[in-house]
Amino acid sequence: MAEVQKTKEFWRWPETNWVNPNINWKKSEVITAGVDVGSVSTQAVIMVDGEFFAFGNTRTGSDSPNSAIKGMGYALEKTDMIIENIDYCIGTGYGRVNVPMAQQSITEISCHARGANYMYGPEVRTIMDMGGQDCKAINVDDKGKVLNFMMNDKCAAGTGRGMEVFADLIHVPVWEIGPRSFQIEKQPPPISSTCVIFAKSEVMGLLEQGVPENEIMAAYCSAMAHRIMELLNRLSVKEKFVITGGIAKNEGVVKRLEKELGVKTAGRVWYKKEFIERGYPFDTQLAGAIGAAIFGDALLKMGKAKSARKA
Amino acid sequence: MIANYGFRDGSGDWYVTIDTDKCNGCGKCVEVCPEKILEVGPDEFDIFREEPVAFVKHNKRKKVRYSCAPCKPGFEEKPAPCAGACKFNVISHSDGWKVLYG
Amino acid sequence: MIVAGIDVGGKNVHIVIIKEGQILGKGAAPTGIKKAEAVEHLYDDVLKKMGLARKDVERVVATGSAAKRVAFATGFITDAAADARGVIKLFPKARTVIDVGAEEGRSIKMSPEGKVMDFAVNGKCAAGTGTFVEAMSRALEVSVDEISHLTLASTQNLSINAQCAVFGESEVVSLIHQKVSKPDIARAVMNAIAGRVASVARIAGLEDDVVLVGGMAKNLGFIDSLKKNLAMDVVVPENPDYMGALGAAEAALAAVTTDGVKIRVFEKETIS
Repeated sequence: MAEVQKTKEFWRWPETNWVNPNINWKKSEVITAGVDVGSVSTQAVIMVDGEFFAFGNTRTGSDSPNSAIKGMGYALEKTDMIIENIDYCIGTGYGRVNVPMAQQSITEISCHARGANYMYGPEVRTIMDMGGQDCKAINVDDKGKVLNFMMNDKCAAGTGRGMEVFADLIHVPVWEIGPRSFQIEKQPPPISSTCVIFAKSEVMGLLEQGVPENEIMAAYCSAMAHRIMELLNRLSVKEKFVITGGIAKNEGVVKRLEKELGVKTAGRVWYKKEFIERGYPFDTQLAGAIGAAIFGDALLKMGKAKSARKA
Repeated sequence: MIANYGFRDGSGDWYVTIDTDKCNGCGKCVEVCPEKILEVGPDEFDIFREEPVAFVKHNKRKKVRYSCAPCKPGFEEKPAPCAGACKFNVISHSDGWKVLYG
Repeated sequence: MIVAGIDVGGKNVHIVIIKEGQILGKGAAPTGIKKAEAVEHLYDDVLKKMGLARKDVERVVATGSAAKRVAFATGFITDAAADARGVIKLFPKARTVIDVGAEEGRSIKMSPEGKVMDFAVNGKCAAGTGTFVEAMSRALEVSVDEISHLTLASTQNLSINAQCAVFGESEVVSLIHQKVSKPDIARAVMNAIAGRVASVARIAGLEDDVVLVGGMAKNLGFIDSLKKNLAMDVVVPENPDYMGALGAAEAALAAVTTDGVKIRVFEKETIS
């Protein structure tokens, strides 16, 4: 795994990649890939005969095509595979129409549903995914098919960007906010502004009043958890309930959300026991790309797509 | 599948909801919508679905609050034109308009 | 009788002192974080410049999002009622008032007597308010004045797709990367906020004459985009950001407030 990068950019998650040491892709039949180009991060996943083979999790740059290329390159880095070995590639996410190596694009709602089903198992019924610029609530069946969805990608509040703006403002890295939000004496009332920009002024006011930083983090996490709860309740949350996307790594929001909903989120571990035993990394941000790669596999098997493999 | 198109922000919930299991892609809703926010085509959320389905156009989804306001969904006795034209109860609206303007 | 109208907005406090038929003095200052203090200081400043003392002012009516911070107010009035009263006084033919301030945008449809018949508010969301323009100006690395002038020099009519000030900022950054010219980006920003303001106005109903007030009414680029979006002419008073305070002062003169003591000046409650 890559080192956590010590930068002054408080809102950047670290980049990581990995290859599965237990799969010999040269002996496989079908290789598919999913590339999820989000507004903040890009993930590329490679599945070999429907099994989790490699991934790269990178930051999205200023343009989608280059981000896709960089992500895919990073996923392939530790393998001896090249893009031309891939039978079918599906693009998803915010920048899905601009993934140069994809043969098709599929909405991230369907891909996250499918990916969550692969990662967490057929018992998953409700998924909350918060990306850089959106928040989605999805209800699925045991095959990962979408039954009901509701998305907000219009308003920054309740999206990853909302948390990043906050991290930037108080100069604390995003990955520290969760734990620190619990190092408080008392839980303060949530930030009252529903708009991120107005919340910024509110936070500045609190800082000026000398409210301890950890308490402000607690107030912000509470407000975010509340917003997510309101979105989820319109769909009705059913267990197994999972959270994907970057926000799943923020326990400050996750634990408060569980409390508001009265539902616990599923543990962030693989459904397949051997994956756990073998120590495969479990990154909640990969759900979209995994789902996309699985769709590629399904489309090929159903004869609805033709292999684009060149080597 | 229940597809909710729209958004929520501090001012309320603004969604047009389409029940794709009940939709046969007839397109009557598309004809009557005064703001032309609806269309019929392939289901982007169920790539294995054969029949076309009604949906809200991509570039209209973030502005449904304003496009649907003139039809006053939910706060008058008669339904909005799209819901009224549909024989299968496919389309409905969230309560944002009723709460704020009703 | 001398009365005062005080509009405590999200960004600025405006004060107008009037006597029957004439404006005696006015002043404005940033609201800042300590709102009550800002109000007190400005009030004393304005009175001092006019050679008046607090006891010379018989009634004080406050309006604006932080109206309750005016500890010495004798009454309060809603923003919509204040706008209506201020505008009808100066523009008897006005039937629609669009008020775009720092934190809220609203549209009011009035009767010929200045009674609020219908209104719509865009509140709790920075898009469609002066804050949106400020954020976009920052992303473009220009001042709010400069973005106004840049707009008028644009050659293309683009728009920002994002309906949020935070997402809009990233969109401006990517437009800069795509080498779109600053004037064209400025126009896109103004088209975006004008579009939202116009949408809100259509909900309340549009009727000539349309008068634009609030801080954003000082922005020529915005006015231009708004006129084009509405396809209607828009009247802008001098000192448009003082309209709320003027309306509050007029209400003080008429001894009409909304604190339960006198007549309610409006028909509908502000919900958001």
